[in-house]
Amino acid sequence: MVGFILKRLVQSVFVMLAVAFLAFSLFRFVGDPVSQMTGVETSLEDQARLREELGLNDPFALQFIRFAGDLVQGDFGYSFRTREPIGEMLLTRLPATLELGTVALLISLAVGIPAGIYTALRPRGLVSQSILIGTLIGVSIPTFVIGILLIFLFGVQLGWLPTYGRGDTVEIGWWRTSLLSVDGLRSLVLPALTLGLFQLTLTMRLVRAQMMEVMRTDHIRFAIARGVPWRRIRYRHALPNTMIPVVTIIGLQFGGVIAFSIVTESVFQWPGMGLLFLESIRFVDIPVMSVYLVVIAFFFVFINLLVDLIYLAIDPRLRVRESA
Amino acid sequence: MMLARLMQTEGVWLFSRNPAAILAAIVTIVVVAGAVLAPWIAPTNPYDLSSFSLIDGLLPPLWEQGGDPRFLLGTDDQGRDMLSSILYGARLSLIIASVAMGIALVLGVSLGLAAGFFGGRLDAIVMRVADVQLALPAILTALLIDGISRGILPREVHDDLRLAVITLAIALSLWVNFARTARASTFVERNKDYVQAAIMMGQHPLRIMLRHILPNIVGPLLVIATVDLASAILLEATLSFLGVGLPADSPSLGTLIRIGMQYLLSGEWWILWMPTVFLVVLVVSINLLGDFLRDLFNPSLR
Repeated sequence: MVGFILKRLVQSVFVMLAVAFLAFSLFRFVGDPVSQMTGVETSLEDQARLREELGLNDPFALQFIRFAGDLVQGDFGYSFRTREPIGEMLLTRLPATLELGTVALLISLAVGIPAGIYTALRPRGLVSQSILIGTLIGVSIPTFVIGILLIFLFGVQLGWLPTYGRGDTVEIGWWRTSLLSVDGLRSLVLPALTLGLFQLTLTMRLVRAQMMEVMRTDHIRFAIARGVPWRRIRYRHALPNTMIPVVTIIGLQFGGVIAFSIVTESVFQWPGMGLLFLESIRFVDIPVMSVYLVVIAFFFVFINLLVDLIYLAIDPRLRVRESA
Repeated sequence: MMLARLMQTEGVWLFSRNPAAILAAIVTIVVVAGAVLAPWIAPTNPYDLSSFSLIDGLLPPLWEQGGDPRFLLGTDDQGRDMLSSILYGARLSLIIASVAMGIALVLGVSLGLAAGFFGGRLDAIVMRVADVQLALPAILTALLIDGISRGILPREVHDDLRLAVITLAIALSLWVNFARTARASTFVERNKDYVQAAIMMGQHPLRIMLRHILPNIVGPLLVIATVDLASAILLEATLSFLGVGLPADSPSLGTLIRIGMQYLLSGEWWILWMPTVFLVVLVVSINLLGDFLRDLFNPSLR
């Protein structure tokens, strides 16, 4: 078991190194840093001196090691556009995206899992059929249209909820949260719903497929043959086996949440990392783009590592196989 | 004769008994025809500045109070006919999506076929790349490609190549589905007698892949192609909505929706909702067709 964890850790480090290398190539070769930093008036000597100061004349490998070392120490460099340190820019925006993503994920699980189980158990019922048609339409409506629809309905027509920004935030240390004020919570509802709805259809479909598969396995058939009551079969025999992959779903959905948070943040002008990334693309702010890539990859690797460890903890079969 | 035989196939029979699929097919055909024929059937040309005037600005659709019979779906702030803008926009969206899907298809199927047929190291490399690509969400991939191209290309060149960049970005984020499906099916077909026989006869691997295996794995690929066309349309719309897609002077459906967002709070609802409804109806129809095809080619699900 320790061996398995170590192996996964080493794998994670290699993935991070690969991403860091990609980000470095982006940083180094896409758009010359010197010409980005200097104006037209800067003399060639000054440019050459800057090049030397920045260490751009050093061997490629050395530059990469320096880049990776800076990243590990939390020195993310400076934005071309605003000249601010990227680390601080990300830190002020990280809480917004994390809160939005977590709440959206919770919504998708809280609704998606029961709905998936229900439609798996009663596949031909009227309610199940309507839910399934609903998800098909849900998959076809792009996230930004869902956002616009919600803004129109709850923001413009009914006037119940704010449609712009994070509202009032409370500061706890450097973490600026919108979860602790009424206005902040109200501002969170529409973006979180927008982001959650798309994930919800995914969760539902996966849980449904898994549940249907479990219901076909031998131990369920055997339980039916033994005359175990249906309630017990469904909720004591089948359900726990369905729940294991749900952990995987969370890992899988993380990528989707990150990607669609870019869209959601753009619709609602939510001041998170996605909006920052979008701005950095629009203004060709390469350092911010590459650091965003590294940070997202880090979260991705971290969460998948966590998922594997949780798997190990909740699925007894894995532990047996690993130690054997 | 051919038609009579086609009418007797199982697919047509199932199709005739599936009202949702029929409706979806009709809507898709009408929309695609409207988009393809836009230059001939659209009332005006939205790219031609002389064809509209500010006097006609912000007219509501025909059935609303103050509608003008010349503009069925109303006009935008410049006096452009909404129907024409939507038809031309859909045309652009469909062109980008189809070309991107085509590139993804050719790229993915070639890699998948080769990986499944030869196996070994080639297979391992292709599948690792596919895994990485799969972990990166399509929107993120497309945004990154767009960002990188902005960094590499000078501004004027990039503006000229925007159409190509966005098409390529979409294609590169969609090829994995094709590659994985083609590879899985090829694995199955490879061990069947007819392929083994062809290998024994010393036929060229390329010929075996293209003439023998490919026709037998076309079914699932067709399903992926349909679903991916819908994804490509959505992806293009999303990128254009985010403002990294196409420039505003040649608007696709996504750009039209982005422009329409400015009217969300005002009374001119048609500027936003007409292109939005059009986009959603188009994508829902294509997805319904994809669902029908999936059931058709996977009898165990029926």
